[in-house]
Amino acid sequence: MDPIALLLSRVQFAFTVSFHIIFPSFTIGLAAWLTVLEALHLATGRPAYRAVFEFWLGIFAVAFGLGVVSGIVMAFEFGTNWSVLSRMTGPIQGPLLVYETFTAFALEASFFGILLFGRSRVPPWLYLVSTAMVALGTTLSAFWIMVNNSWMQVPVGYAMENGAFVPTDWAAIIFSPVVWVRFPHMALAAYVTGAFCVAATGAWYLLRGTFAAEARIMLRMGLTLAAVAVPLQIGFGHLVGDYVHDEQPTKFAAIEGRWHDEQPAGEVVFAMPDPASESNRYELKIPVLGSLIGSMSLDSKEVGLTDFPPQDRPPVLVPFFAFRIMVGCGLVMLALAWIGAYLSRTGRIERSRPLLWLIFLSFPLPFVATLTGWYTAEIGRQPWAVTGLLRTADAATPFLSAGTAAVSLIVFGAIYAVIFAFGTLYIYRMLRAGPVPHLPAPAAHPGRPLSILNDDAMPEAGNAAAGE
Amino acid sequence: MTMITFWVSVLAVATLIYVLLDGLDLGVGMLFGLTRSEAQRDVVMSAIAPIWDGNETWLIVSGVVLWGAFPTVYATLLSAFYLPLLLMLGALILRGVAFEFRHKAGRLRWLWDASFVGGSLVAAFMQGLTVGALVEGLPISGGQYVGGEFGWLSPFAVFCGIGLCLGYALLGACWLVMKCDAGIRDAAYRQIPWLAAGLLAFLLIVFGFALAEDLGVMGRWLERPTLFVFPAIGIVSAVLLAAGVHLQRDRIPFAMVAVIFAAAFGTLAISFWPYMIPFAVTIEAAAAPRASLAFMFWGAGLFIFPLMLIYTAISLRVFRGKVERSAQYH
Repeated sequence: MDPIALLLSRVQFAFTVSFHIIFPSFTIGLAAWLTVLEALHLATGRPAYRAVFEFWLGIFAVAFGLGVVSGIVMAFEFGTNWSVLSRMTGPIQGPLLVYETFTAFALEASFFGILLFGRSRVPPWLYLVSTAMVALGTTLSAFWIMVNNSWMQVPVGYAMENGAFVPTDWAAIIFSPVVWVRFPHMALAAYVTGAFCVAATGAWYLLRGTFAAEARIMLRMGLTLAAVAVPLQIGFGHLVGDYVHDEQPTKFAAIEGRWHDEQPAGEVVFAMPDPASESNRYELKIPVLGSLIGSMSLDSKEVGLTDFPPQDRPPVLVPFFAFRIMVGCGLVMLALAWIGAYLSRTGRIERSRPLLWLIFLSFPLPFVATLTGWYTAEIGRQPWAVTGLLRTADAATPFLSAGTAAVSLIVFGAIYAVIFAFGTLYIYRMLRAGPVPHLPAPAAHPGRPLSILNDDAMPEAGNAAAGE
Repeated sequence: MTMITFWVSVLAVATLIYVLLDGLDLGVGMLFGLTRSEAQRDVVMSAIAPIWDGNETWLIVSGVVLWGAFPTVYATLLSAFYLPLLLMLGALILRGVAFEFRHKAGRLRWLWDASFVGGSLVAAFMQGLTVGALVEGLPISGGQYVGGEFGWLSPFAVFCGIGLCLGYALLGACWLVMKCDAGIRDAAYRQIPWLAAGLLAFLLIVFGFALAEDLGVMGRWLERPTLFVFPAIGIVSAVLLAAGVHLQRDRIPFAMVAVIFAAAFGTLAISFWPYMIPFAVTIEAAAAPRASLAFMFWGAGLFIFPLMLIYTAISLRVFRGKVERSAQYH
């Protein structure tokens, strides 16, 4: 295996999967929220719910499309770049992805068409069901992906036969305790992402003094959901940390920036880890807290990285900093969600412009937290593709040349850059244009669902085009 | 063995559904390049906009069934076809985003129209090319691909790429006949004979080439003369297609071309049997362990797969009939 080809394959996988996760983490939460909105609209008949629904549906469509096209790449990349991995783990990962595709993708993709184009063609209850099916599909998709990834993190229920991992206990694989803390952690990340994007949009409209009725719904519902989901998320994050502590000690030590065994162990709040000297510079450390977090005790011994041979250790800098960025984002979101929800419930939030500004500007935080959380999990697992069993270096396609790998990285890089730039530009334009008050007018043209938003709501479309 | 048969059948059905459904999408995408006005382009787009996403899902279904049920084949073929798959995926991305992006774009709409046409063409070409390379035989030794970066490239493979573009375009033209009216329908009716003649010429040349080069698949034909039932079905369908076009019965051409595709697909599948990568890896040798196949069978295979077929039927049914003319909305 050419080391350059290996590095390029890793960069390509990291790049394509990072790009991909941005969209599902947004659309999973948004789909669930759309279901709630549609149900509320059916129950109350309030037109504002319908207007908010149609507005977010348009944004959902663009984000979902980007998620779908970037997801197809993932389904093939295992075979193209990681053929040894896919041959060896195929008997386990393959069936899990079959369940993912069959349950989730088929559900999403089929009902998504009805969601976008079918309102005038199906009865209201079936439309609501379609919305719920899309939401269920996105969530199931996340579930199977988490089962799959959790197996790579902590392999269970397998035996080695003829150089392949053969499943011996599917129940152990699916009901692995690791899955059942990591799946809620991912699902909550998605709900928090949706909630913050919705709340930020509401705050933006209130700051601009437009779409007040819709903006209040967005702000109140977004902040309320976030106020509940963020603390839950922090709780599940702690449980994820517990499994890492027990099952992946090298990852845990890298996150903690702990080079040597300590008893009782301190907790490094900030430092500049230095792999060369196997120590931390500029360290800020709280005594005993490390034992408390790691083992819920005041005097436990916590292991350091130097217990493991260097070839079995992950890189330290990325997990260490990515984890701290994730936690920092989480704490800021907790503060915003609680203060915001309190002021929103007591009806004072519209007078607090600084808070509205903060909420508006907070929309990148959940994305940053999700990405850094995944970097912690995945880079912390190195040098293993399947923890303890298959090294990443041995998992790649053996005959892949550096030149070919470079070509694919450049092609994906260029295409993703273009579609990301235009995708975010178009989402931004829709957000700026805002919701259209719902009139029980003729149904939108089935061929141009998003023109609901464009043609009517964007009198400034000419200016927007000129901005290209 | 029954499990293996079941999963190879699911793979075959999923792939055939993909070829028919995304084939029509890609074909419509190519014909989109021949439209003359913005209004026409809107209508052509609406003929597939509600279903393309579900259609393309069948590619992923085929891909993951291949991985789950036949991991060796998945690993070998995908790594062997590295560059063609890269180009196919890139093309599918660029045409997929065009559905959402072109209505959002102002002056740059031409860019997404171009990416829609170009992406459809490149994706179809790459699919035909990989099938052609498989028919011709990939350089495989000891279950491993040994052909290097361009081991799949040959004049025959390129020719098959062109052939599949013609086939998909024909499927797309028949879809437009069924879904549209007035100008677009008439234009599609005029395209069908040309595309059908091109496809026929392609098939004859492929057949002659296979005979001349004594490709492995030809041996199958001489051993199994019952295989000729598929070309026979194809010929009957071609005659009915011609009749449907002549009488301008809008629903006939698509059905007939779909049957032709199914017949061609059946021909290929049975020519390959019992090999999965002809003539190097058999289905049995490629199959995942029983524990994997059974786990998939008792949930995904037995219950969800029929449901997926039902969803697909529902979504096709909800959007049946002619698309409305967009002109009346402006």
